[in-house]
Amino acid sequence: MALDDNIIQRWQNTDLLLLGGSAGSFKPIYNLIKIFPADLNKTVIVVIHRKKNFFSEIEKLFAESSRMLMREISDKDLLNNNTIYIAPANYHTLIEKDKSFSLDVSDAVWYSKPSIDVTFESVSEIYKERCTAVLFSGANPDGAEGLLKLRKNGALTIVQDPNDAEIREMPQAAIDMNAAEYILKTKDIFELFQT
Amino acid sequence: MSATAETITAPQIAEIIDLVKKIYGFDFGSYTKASLKRRITRIMQLKKLQFYDLRHILVNDNAFFQQFLEEITVNVTEMFRDPSFYKEFNNQVIPYLASYQHSKIWCAGCSSGEEAYSLAILMEQAGLRKKSFIYGTDINTECLKEARKGIYSLRKIKSYAENYQLAGLEGSITDHFTILYDAATIHSELKQNILFSVHNLVSDNVFNEFQLISCRNVFIYFEISLQDRILDLFYNSLAPLGFLCLGAKETIRTDRFKKKFKVINQKENIYQKIGS
Repeated sequence: MALDDNIIQRWQNTDLLLLGGSAGSFKPIYNLIKIFPADLNKTVIVVIHRKKNFFSEIEKLFAESSRMLMREISDKDLLNNNTIYIAPANYHTLIEKDKSFSLDVSDAVWYSKPSIDVTFESVSEIYKERCTAVLFSGANPDGAEGLLKLRKNGALTIVQDPNDAEIREMPQAAIDMNAAEYILKTKDIFELFQT
Repeated sequence: MSATAETITAPQIAEIIDLVKKIYGFDFGSYTKASLKRRITRIMQLKKLQFYDLRHILVNDNAFFQQFLEEITVNVTEMFRDPSFYKEFNNQVIPYLASYQHSKIWCAGCSSGEEAYSLAILMEQAGLRKKSFIYGTDINTECLKEARKGIYSLRKIKSYAENYQLAGLEGSITDHFTILYDAATIHSELKQNILFSVHNLVSDNVFNEFQLISCRNVFIYFEISLQDRILDLFYNSLAPLGFLCLGAKETIRTDRFKKKFKVINQKENIYQKIGS
């Protein structure tokens, strides 16, 4: 699937970019973060599954390599433009109507906290079509339902081509639910975000 | 939780909040809406209820309300959650508590007791157990029953072993429990200096004076206006120079309270009461 005018235009009209993934997603997301300019003119939220008590490594690596501002999420923080946020370990990250973060320590979803589904669902109702979401490699189906909800609310939903993903279950689950408007090769995802 | 099922709308949530307040006296009006919506949607899915069913059953079935309350209030907790907090607490707060003849500790929003017992273990290891008393409070009476028992599944306690170790404590977490088959019971001496009772942060008031208040991962469910009310309550419940510990992602935001609480540890959100 090549990039068409529709996808490019919808990406450009996006206020919020969501990047979700689990096992095998760190590398493509990390490489993406590196290419974003400081003035991307969007907010970026990254939800990657990880173990509790080992939260600082991803933040550190991202902060060192990113030209965009990186902020740790504190409860009730307002979402800022040109800023990357990483969902903290051992919490679910939700978004309120006033575009502030709201954290939650309730049960794991698909054994995961942060859960991609929880953040995606929550964003879908607030940002509607002003949002682009990408689901990357992973070994469980978290994120698929959330992506479907985003799609139903008008967001641009993309999955990494399972053949391109290190572990195909997560993007495949989204495709099976018809949650993905576009299935893109990793290189096309990079190309899109540079338009 | 299924995302495809229909979720409840904002006006419907407002209606449920209103109903619960009128019938049961619990006010969820200043709880954060994103989380509340997720909790109510979850109840509707678990019980296979439409909005109208939920409204009906809340009006007519008092027993259901207890289940509702349990689902609405998030009772997920751990022992020694955020080990780095407990490490800093040992360094920065324990020496202060040690300087007192006797210290009173309030664990607000204690759920099933894991945090209160974590604090009890810290006090024990610091040799302060007999010089301290811990009050654990929550709005949920069922959780408080669990807390009073102090019996947890062995599997659960073992899952806290890593936290315990990372917190830099001596020995292992199971040293503080009596284990019988799959049940781990907290040592009875650790229960001697703890009292669990009902207190609603939304509506109840000062009930004692404390050297330390720990209220972790409770503020995340409250809007800022309610957080401020509770900060007032905490301020008035603390002895001069008493400590306040919030969750790892919870900070004091309003200027009024920034003047009243000095930051002791920015990362772990440990504060100390100043001014008068």
